[in-house]
Formats: sequence, C-alpha cells, structure tokens
Amino acid sequence: MSERYEIRFSGSGGQGLILAGVIFAEAATIFDKKNAVQSQSYGPEARGGASKSEVIISEATINFPKATAIDLMLALTQEACMKYYKDIKPNGTLLVDEDFVKETPKGTFKVVRLPIIRTASEEIGKAFVANIVALGAITAMTGQVSIEAVEKAVLSRVPKGTEELNKKALMAGYELAKAQRNG
Amino acid sequence: MGKIKLLQGNEACAEGAIYAGCTFFGGYPITPSTEVAEFMAKRLPQIGGAFMQMEDEIAAMASVIGGSLAGCKALTATSGPGFSLKQENMGFAMLTEIPCVIVNVMRGGPSTGVPTGPGQSDIMQCKWGTHGDHPVICLTPAYVQEIFSETVRAFNLSEKYRTPVIIAFDEIVGHMRERIEIPDPGVLPVINRTKPTCPPSEYLPYDDSKGDVPPMANFFEGYRYHVTGLNHGPDGFPVNASPRIHTDELRLIRKVEGNRADIVKFEETLLDDAEVAIFAYGVSGRSAKTAVEAARKEGIKAGLFRPLTMWPFPEEQVAAIASRVKAIVVPELSLGQIIFEVDRCAKGRCKVEGIYRVDGDPINPAQILAKVKEVK
Repeated sequence: MSERYEIRFSGSGGQGLILAGVIFAEAATIFDKKNAVQSQSYGPEARGGASKSEVIISEATINFPKATAIDLMLALTQEACMKYYKDIKPNGTLLVDEDFVKETPKGTFKVVRLPIIRTASEEIGKAFVANIVALGAITAMTGQVSIEAVEKAVLSRVPKGTEELNKKALMAGYELAKAQRNG
Repeated sequence: MGKIKLLQGNEACAEGAIYAGCTFFGGYPITPSTEVAEFMAKRLPQIGGAFMQMEDEIAAMASVIGGSLAGCKALTATSGPGFSLKQENMGFAMLTEIPCVIVNVMRGGPSTGVPTGPGQSDIMQCKWGTHGDHPVICLTPAYVQEIFSETVRAFNLSEKYRTPVIIAFDEIVGHMRERIEIPDPGVLPVINRTKPTCPPSEYLPYDDSKGDVPPMANFFEGYRYHVTGLNHGPDGFPVNASPRIHTDELRLIRKVEGNRADIVKFEETLLDDAEVAIFAYGVSGRSAKTAVEAARKEGIKAGLFRPLTMWPFPEEQVAAIASRVKAIVVPELSLGQIIFEVDRCAKGRCKVEGIYRVDGDPINPAQILAKVKEVK
C-alpha cells in the first residue's frame, strides 16, 4: 500500500472541507490523470460538529477507499484535530490552523502551524475561503498534484463571480506553505 | 472514448439510469440516497422525463409502478427506513410483473439508526422484505464505474424478465467520488420490454403459453387491462383456483431462478490456488481486495469472491469454492446476515467465519487480514 498517498481534511461542518477534498480529487483525476478517491464522514447535523473528508491518490487502482495511514492531515479546529489525528502515520504531517488549534497532540508525526483562517479573513478579506487557502497550502506541502491542476479544478467548482477571490486564496495558501517549507 | 468525470456513486447510479433509458423517477429523499433523487431531478427534465417527489416512500413506490405501466423505465431510491415502507408495493410489482428499479443505499439500522454511516444489514430484507414467495433480483456494485454499469444492467434485467430489480450498495460507496468514464450511447446494451404484437382485443397480459415472460403492453397505447395484486389468470382478472395459482407462482420464481446463467454475476480475484476465500461485497468487498493483496505479499494464499448479483444467490459458485478452500471469511457491516447463505452453500465442506461491524466505520483491510491468518 506504499504507493497510496492519503490526505485527511478536517474541521467543523460548514467550513467547506468536503468541497476542498472534492476539488483536490478532481485535480488529481481529471487534470493530472491519476487515480483518486474522495470520501467523507459527517454527522446528522447540517452545520457544526467535527467533519472530515479524505482523498487517496495512487498510480494503482484504489480499493479500500478510506484513510488508514495518513500522510497529511489538516485540522482547522481543536475538536477535529483531537478526534481524527490518530491515523497519521509515522513521519506523516499534521497541518493545523495556528490560531484555532492551540494544543497539538504528541506523536511521531511532524506538526506544521499556519495562519490559514487569518490569511483568509485578513489577507483575502473573506473567512469563508479558508478551505481554498488550505487547499493551496496542501498542494505545496504534498507535491501530489500540480498547482495548475488544482487551480483548474477550483475554477470549475466555485460559484461564478468568485473566481478571482478563490484564485487569490489558493495562491496565498500555496505561498504560505512554500515560505514555511523554505524558511 | 466516453466522458471522464469525478462522480459520487449515487450520481453514477442516476447517470446509469439515464443511459438505460429511464424517464421517470418517483421518490422521497432520505440520507444517504438523496443525491440519486437530486441528480434525477436535474437530469430528467433535460431529456423530457419526469421527476416526482411524493409524500412518502409508499407513494413513491406506487408512482414508480404507475410510471412503468405507462411505458416509462422507472426508478426510485431510498435507504433502510424507506426501503421498509416500500416493501408491500414491491411485492405488488413482483406479482403483477411490472419492471422497475429500486435503489437501496444502505445505512446503519434498525429504525432511524445511523443515517450518515454505512450498513449492509438490509441484504436479507432485499430478499425477504415483502411477504409471500416472490422472485428477487438484487445487484451489489462496489465501485463508482460499476454502479453505473450495474444500474444499466438492473434496468435491462428488469425489462427482460418483467420484474422489479433492487440495487443495494452502502453509504460509503454511494457517497464516495471516483473517476468514471461514461460510455457513449450504444457501448453498453440497453434492453427494452417486449411489447405485444397482437391487436388490443386479443391481448392477454399474463398469457404464459408462449414463454415465462409474457409481452407487456404500455397503457395509453390502446391496450387496456386489469392489474391486481390478487393471484390472476391470463387476462389479469382474479383467479382463486387450482392449479393456476400454483403454476403461476412457480413461473414467477422460474423467471429468475431458471435464468441464473444470465443473471448471476461476480468477480473472482486470485481464487484459483486460494486456501482461504473471502466472500464480500460493497465497501467490504473493496476492503477485502486490499486485504488479499496484502496477504499475497506475505505469502498467504487468499482470494476474493465478490458477488455483483446477490439475489439469486451464487449458490453453485460458493459451493465450488467451499469444496477446495480451508475457510471462507465473510466480512459484512451487520451482525451476520449473508454469512448464513454462504454457510448454507458450503454445507460444512470448509470453515465459514464472519467479521461483523456496525459502528458506522467500514471493516478495514487489517481486520480482514488478521482473520485470514487466524483461519488459514
């Protein structure tokens, strides 16, 4: 199963993390021609509660569709972080929002803190694009899918009239993670 | 080359229905099947079809029967609680031989249970949910591409044998997104019901003198006939006499059981030299495939039998496997249902051991691998 690359997007219901997963999987399959499976798990509530979305990318056929040895996990809330981090594999990465996840669990994984929500609300001016900022950061950190493919997938999924906003959010996240990696 | 998309299983089901020529959907939304209805509500008006949201699941099933009698290929989609409500009308469609397709995206149960979690605990209900002896065809796809093609096959079998067909998959497979190629029209066969060639005055809707599947006239095309849930004669009117009831019941069952070679479909993975076989479907089948790969890497001879037709049950195939393996492992998202069928067919020729899970999470490959090691 080593050829599998597993990503988990987690946070609170309504933060757009299922959409982020869908966009990432679409970028991988439609625009980068890899195999990808996206799945999700959420509670019966319409908003709130911990929610997660998973994407598995592989050159081979993907049979078991859920993440069991996560390469990278994103957590935008403290609750989701504590609820879902256990499947991160040794030497995997936990990416958390610097302001909303104050406490990070101990483990054999690397922890990266980025101001994802702050970048969305202050730099872009709209907190609701935090999912797209996160997507940009994850694109840079995983190297699994090209930023061009992710950009195309974002533009094909977001509502008309919000293209520029989302493009800016994506690139802001991408640069944030790149700077962190190089710095 | 068809169109490449990233689709949910539920969306692929709806696309498959459209490909098969479905022009009517009657339903009542319920998690985790709602996307089938949502997608049909969007797509059917584009192709001149009709979408109706009914007041409940009972009416939804009734509307599908009416839609089919009027000449449409008709679909409904539901989940556990709704599937329970549909049972009486499903039995009506079986006895009156009205083709239609019922999708059950299985969640955890009983009752409201776990609406957003996967389940496989309706699989016996698919067979025995409605009362009386009745014919049942139930298909169990596990991949998004397969949901598309099996939905087309469901409509084909339904039209060919004049009987309802159930498609049962679980929440995970219904909600997950995967790459799919939607074939161009004409690539997959599409079967339409056989219509009568005689004039309306001579038409007998249940005349089985020329074969087990009598031609079916659509209403509003000049043919008028009686449709009743009572046992009936060739003209469709009630009959309460021997031997007609007996022979007609036998014919209904024979339509399905007598055509196993055409209906039963399955996938075998590395079973030829297997010492341990896994019998699994839906998300558990996907998990089992990963477990088989892992077992083989460790030198353990494991193989997988993955039914795409659950009913009629692949009896012969399971019996043959049972006579050459040490054990059959049956992972299912229930507390043990389909294992009884496997056990019935194995007839003691090998061990049959289950793995059960009902906590809203799938059975993962490691669990299956551990069981394989235990029984080998």
